[in-house]
Amino acid sequence: MKHFTTILGHEIRMLLVSSSTYIAAVLFLAVMGFVFSGVLENYSASAQETSPAAVFFQLFWLPVFFMVPLLTMKCLAEERRLGTLETLLTAPVSTTEVVLGKYFAAYFLYVMLWASTGGFFHILHSFAGDARFLDLGPLLGGYLFIAVSGLLYVALGVFASSLSRNQAVAGILAFTLLFAAIIGVRFVGTLEVLNLETMQPLRAAVDYTMVFRHLEDFTRGVVDTRQLLFYVSGTVLALIFSILGVEAKLIHS
Amino acid sequence: MSAEPPAIEVRDLVKSYSGHTAVSRISFTVARGEILGFLGPNGAGKSTTMRILTGYLPATAGEVNVCGVPVASRSDEIKKLIGYMPENNPLPDDMRVSEYLHYRGRLKEIPRRKLGPRIDEVLELCDLTRVRHRIFGKLSKGFRPRVGIAEAILAEPPVIIMDEPTIGLDPHQILIVRDLIASLRGRMTVLISSHILPEIEKTCDRVLIVNQGRVVATGTPADLRREVFGQSRYDLELAGDIDAALPSALSAVEPSLALAETGEPDATGFRRLTLTSSRDDDLGEPLLRALSADPRFRVRALRRVQPSLEDVFLVATKRGWETLDKPSGAAKSQ
Repeated sequence: MKHFTTILGHEIRMLLVSSSTYIAAVLFLAVMGFVFSGVLENYSASAQETSPAAVFFQLFWLPVFFMVPLLTMKCLAEERRLGTLETLLTAPVSTTEVVLGKYFAAYFLYVMLWASTGGFFHILHSFAGDARFLDLGPLLGGYLFIAVSGLLYVALGVFASSLSRNQAVAGILAFTLLFAAIIGVRFVGTLEVLNLETMQPLRAAVDYTMVFRHLEDFTRGVVDTRQLLFYVSGTVLALIFSILGVEAKLIHS
Repeated sequence: MSAEPPAIEVRDLVKSYSGHTAVSRISFTVARGEILGFLGPNGAGKSTTMRILTGYLPATAGEVNVCGVPVASRSDEIKKLIGYMPENNPLPDDMRVSEYLHYRGRLKEIPRRKLGPRIDEVLELCDLTRVRHRIFGKLSKGFRPRVGIAEAILAEPPVIIMDEPTIGLDPHQILIVRDLIASLRGRMTVLISSHILPEIEKTCDRVLIVNQGRVVATGTPADLRREVFGQSRYDLELAGDIDAALPSALSAVEPSLALAETGEPDATGFRRLTLTSSRDDDLGEPLLRALSADPRFRVRALRRVQPSLEDVFLVATKRGWETLDKPSGAAKSQ
């Protein structure tokens, strides 16, 4: 893994000089700014039981659906389309190093973009001058959830990118996977059939993977290791499949 | 026998995918310091063989060793022994030339201390110094192969593999690339594939012609001419008693000299004739002297026909097709 840092540094640099990164960042901050101002409007209209941070993070899936595909769709698909993957893999580097380098670069940017929304809370705190608006518990819990769940979402994006040489296909595939992981599971959880006695194991599995329940726990300050394990093991699995995806394409190229 | 293993050793290499055999039992050896030209029509299996040599693609069967190291089991080591330039040399559009070389140098484990001076050196060698700060997206196409060569020789590996290095270059750039490759002779082993046959002839010590995944001819360009055509050819323009007197006159000069083709006489009575001989050395001078001295003939022109590598290539690949069409036929190799 001695080339991991070289690839990571290079990938971060390439992301930072790419115009698409800035387009994605502006889009992300604009959407999150609207969400945040909407939350504040609700608070100014009537008293709310939860803190603004908890409500703000409830809508985390909205930017995930467009940000993660935008950040990851290029990483392997574009390299394969241009043929630069061949040049890269004929240097003394392994597929694992390449995939991990690209994955952590995209994850770094994802976390950085979310971290920049911390400015919203800072502005709120400065102008409102009321410490109650800045309830640190839900805020830190929310950011921790974003960081932990982001591991899996970015890995799913990288996996989608490993399956196609077309960026658009990779992007749509990433969106579909994220939609299935976030909204799909929530929908399955509402199915009546899961309430049957015989379906209890499936019900337990669906409950375990329910992302919104995880978010609720994190913002309440409950960090369940089972949930951490879910995201970490899911990430590892998605990355292993990404590596296998790249290698399988090489064998059949 | 030398204790040092050859630079490249390929034995019965087979690569097939999706029911198609791209490379079928190819065998060849490249000595250290040798420049080998790899020729073949499109789809002959050149690029596939090169990719297997670099460890990028796994082979279906066979054995490939680079500097004595088996590619199949130790591909990580192989990548350090090879500098590879793929066809069209794809480059990331957003990077600068020097930045790219720096990144590749780091991946190739060149120590930081040596990397800067080495980059300056290869930029100078490949005539890229003036464009070192330009980004690839704004760089003319002609620079791409040169960047590829600079990248391939950057870590000074013992083996360089280049897939079509002169494609899309103007004559001036071809000259630079040719000189560059020639400057590697003796220091590095170079394997080049190309469609520009005169380039291969001028640059390479030896040529390997493949067709349909098989080796159809191998040797120096001179060997190949001899092997493929089997005889020397002369073009003669002559007037006189050709049918009756010429065969005996030719035998007097060299017994193997024979009349192969006779053209129609032109307005001045001269005919264009093609002569063949099994002798490799030039018979031009004795032949011209004998025919000029003979009062039965009038000689206007005599020329030894040197088949170009292009002719060799066409005959060898055609022969390959014919051999492959026969189910029991074995392709000629080595």
